Amino acid sequence: MKLEAKGLACERNGRLLFQNLDFTLASGDMAELRGPNGVGKSSLLRAMAGLVPLSAGVMRLSGEVDIPLPSRLHYIAHSDAMKPAMTVEQNLQFWCDVLEGKSIANALKAFDLESLRGEPVQLLSAGQRRRLCLSRLFVANRPLWLLDEPTTALDATSQNILIVRIQQHLAGGGLVIAATHGDVGVTASTRIDLSGSTR
Amino acid sequence: MKAFLAILKRDIYLGLRQGGGAGAGLAFMLSVLVLIPIAVGPDQNLLQRLAPGVMWLALLLAVLLTSEKIFQQDFEDGTFDALVGANLPLELTVLAKALAHWISVSLPLALMAPFLGILINIDMSALAVLWMAMTLGSLALSLLASIGGAITAGLRRGGLLVALLVMPLYVPVLIFGLSATLAQNGPSGAGNSLIVLLALTMISLAIQPFAAAAALRAYLK
Repeated sequence: MKLEAKGLACERNGRLLFQNLDFTLASGDMAELRGPNGVGKSSLLRAMAGLVPLSAGVMRLSGEVDIPLPSRLHYIAHSDAMKPAMTVEQNLQFWCDVLEGKSIANALKAFDLESLRGEPVQLLSAGQRRRLCLSRLFVANRPLWLLDEPTTALDATSQNILIVRIQQHLAGGGLVIAATHGDVGVTASTRIDLSGSTR
Repeated sequence: MKAFLAILKRDIYLGLRQGGGAGAGLAFMLSVLVLIPIAVGPDQNLLQRLAPGVMWLALLLAVLLTSEKIFQQDFEDGTFDALVGANLPLELTVLAKALAHWISVSLPLALMAPFLGILINIDMSALAVLWMAMTLGSLALSLLASIGGAITAGLRRGGLLVALLVMPLYVPVLIFGLSATLAQNGPSGAGNSLIVLLALTMISLAIQPFAAAAALRAYLK
């Protein structure tokens, strides 16, 4: 499996964020998205997730025909898409049904949420909510992960779990693109630097 | 289909569990019906004449009151962003949400409304027709409210705007919903009004998925 992006350009409110952006990712590759605030890291991820239209360029997951990119990926952003009034288990079950996954057993295990499964999300701490948000990666099996600042609010233990999960995903032939300022802890094979791309 | 049912189920659950859903609507309706006799005076005949109209208005405004919430929360907490990854067209997503709003808010209110009407001395002979008209009309009310809710999903305090946008769409439902209960029209008059009301509901059902989805797509830019 290979993700190819050619000549991507994105404009928001008449301001050009980036243009002529090319990159290629193969199975097992992780790309790190770098650049200062406001340079378009989140916009690029949102465009790949099908939430923002690109002004130019094409993206394709090769080895696949006619399957739209958004249904082959998980997009984890700052907002966690979990309902405070429902329990951890109910939220995960909802996403499992919606994304057509098989079961939430893996998702509960992935970030050690089994002991919290009956807790309403409004009672979770910021770090626990982040772990819940990341568990969405495991409710359905999808090859491409788009992570926007995935380590926010995570303690050292949880960051280590995240590193292991990313490594396992890559070892299984998955692809990861992570936008980050700090260090995710996994060696990225590709670096997409947006800071100079408008010129 | 599984995704459609999951959204429906979750929204019904949230509608019944969270504040601002059916409970808020019921409280609103109840307060209108308790205040009306105090406001217009204890004239039994006058109250009976006003009753169907007051019931409809209370239902309509109660539905409108809760409409802002249909899409706003999902919009703010990132649920819509993640829903794009589901194999479900946005048209069906918005339809599921509108139906959930109907089942969790409008339908219970419509079913309960005629019994609350006893508070304002409602004419018992008109009760059956009023009940049918409100139950049928409540689906149209939810569908139309969800279009307004979708247009204002990304705005803070969009409630007033929803009211202004949706109110004109509610007028036909109100007219034919009320004319069904006007006893002087006779039984055949009631039947005709209910058929028009059914037609209005069907039109709303056909338009809502496309209108609400288009409104939400406009935010994804």
